[in-house]
Amino acid sequence: MAKVVLKLGDDISTDIIYPGRYMATVLPSETPQYAFADLPEFNSKLRSGQILPGSVIVAGKNFGCGSSREQAASTLKGYDLIVVAKNFARIFMQNAINLGLRLVVCPEIEAEEGDELEILADKIINKTSDKEFTVEPLPKARQAIIDAGGLIPYTRLRLLSIKGKKKKGRA
Amino acid sequence: MAMTMVEKILSRATGQKSVKAGDVIEPKVSLAMSHENAALVINQFLEIYKDTGLKPKVWDPDKIAIILDHRVPAESAKTATNQKKIREFVAAQRIKKFHDIRGDEGGICHQILPENGYVLPGTVVVGTDSHTTTHGALGAFSFGIGATEMASVWALGRVLNVEVPKTIKVVAKGRFGRYVLPKDFILYLIGKISAEGANYKVLEYHGPAIQKMPTSGRLTVANMSVEAGATSGIFPPDKETLRYLKEEAKVKGPVDVFGPDPDAEYDQVVEINISELEPQVACPHTVDNVKPVNQVGRVRVDQIVIGSCTNGRLDDLSIAARILKGKKIAKGVRMLVFPASFRIYQQALQLGYLADFIKAGAVVMNPGCGCCLGVHQGALGDGEVALSTTNRNFKGRMGNPKAEVYLCSPSVAAASALTGYITDPRKGGK
Ligand code: SF4
Repeated sequence: MAKVVLKLGDDISTDIIYPGRYMATVLPSETPQYAFADLPEFNSKLRSGQILPGSVIVAGKNFGCGSSREQAASTLKGYDLIVVAKNFARIFMQNAINLGLRLVVCPEIEAEEGDELEILADKIINKTSDKEFTVEPLPKARQAIIDAGGLIPYTRLRLLSIKGKKKKGRA
Repeated sequence: MAMTMVEKILSRATGQKSVKAGDVIEPKVSLAMSHENAALVINQFLEIYKDTGLKPKVWDPDKIAIILDHRVPAESAKTATNQKKIREFVAAQRIKKFHDIRGDEGGICHQILPENGYVLPGTVVVGTDSHTTTHGALGAFSFGIGATEMASVWALGRVLNVEVPKTIKVVAKGRFGRYVLPKDFILYLIGKISAEGANYKVLEYHGPAIQKMPTSGRLTVANMSVEAGATSGIFPPDKETLRYLKEEAKVKGPVDVFGPDPDAEYDQVVEINISELEPQVACPHTVDNVKPVNQVGRVRVDQIVIGSCTNGRLDDLSIAARILKGKKIAKGVRMLVFPASFRIYQQALQLGYLADFIKAGAVVMNPGCGCCLGVHQGALGDGEVALSTTNRNFKGRMGNPKAEVYLCSPSVAAASALTGYITDPRKGGK
């Protein structure tokens, strides 16, 4: 069971998730402190550990629009949050998948702060309102990366297989 | 099979006879651009090589471009240290397309790439910046990616698992009226199809108004295509593209020019009559909250910004200087001008535009991202209003979530600087 800890509207930009003025901070280990820095209440809840890993942010359409900054994904990954949205902006979705942040595309989702959700592969059950909503699969192009646990391990595997082939070719 | 521009480019970049929207491919990259976020790319790149026993080495140092532009000169010790780390990596990996904080080569990445001839039609360009769409102006398939994705490109020279996007064909008919600019066209288009209207798709631009549009305007339009959610905006190359590449970007060798097939399949066709277009303004806090300037009402402004990778080119400065020459900006208004590159800065200096701005009361800043993203210069005070030729007006974009940002063309910005409120340049606010 996962609890909704924040509910947001449409077009939540990366400037809201991770304000540009903190962009000099880049390392995934350092970015979490600035998650939603302009929503001070939520930010301080995150930083003080009041929000459990696996908690859910529910948003409307086009979550993560705007800049390509990867901090917007790493900052949420730092707290192991799950983002459920009607849909996601392209670069944000790729960054999230690359870093292993869990996203769920759920075009009809209805949930309020405090609701308890059961997130399954094909649907979300809102235990509080007792309603069900269909989940759309993530882009098939990215599945291999999700399966590998992110783009870094995936690229590493590819690199080793290329180098391996080259070596064999030479031998 | 008939292909769109992007399908054609991707078929070449994968060595396949044809590809179609929805295919999953791994195209070869011709140019991979980063700015200060190269600091994160470097970190992720080294991470990939960890415990592999391989020496970290980029796939092709000639195909990587790094431009320091977002916080230049550095605003903090942290930024300066990141920039230093990038310089060291650039030297170690022998990356040549590196543009440091210098008056003879510096500027914003999305101007440095085109003006140095780094972008060629028909190629695949990726950048760790969402406005990498800009380079579609020269007929490349150019799109933004994140830092980890870039680290993977640096290692392999390909973007992994790309889904070939669908294409929306935009046909611009008619001609631009006086003081109506390419910025008004793209703002209007975003307002019409919405901030997510082209999500995961490509906008391909056609029509008589496009054929007559100079490359500077095409760069503006391609730049902001991402604000409609587009993966890329693309202009099939034509005579103007070749002129720009030869005359301005000093490209020597042959250029491979091809367009989409005439019977290519489009997701949608959008027609716009430019002759009816009025100057447009995007109101706070979304880029698709667009209105004709005359319907915005009387909005007082505290800060006018002209510049950025969207509208910091010579044509933009020229029209603004023409409106401001010999006049004074209104009392209580601050005006900031930041050219997109030092080459443009020098040209504007020679043509007297910078003097026109300064005498009118504007502050001319160094090329770079400056106040566009509000980390460095030109932040807004609580409750203040900015009118800017940049590309985003999200809450907090100019450094303050309690301020408001309106977006417009350079002619609207200049006319408004004279009056102190958002003004139609065709009326001059008098
Ligand atoms: S000028 Fe603004 S939009 Fe352009 S690259 Fe810089 S920060 Fe991004």
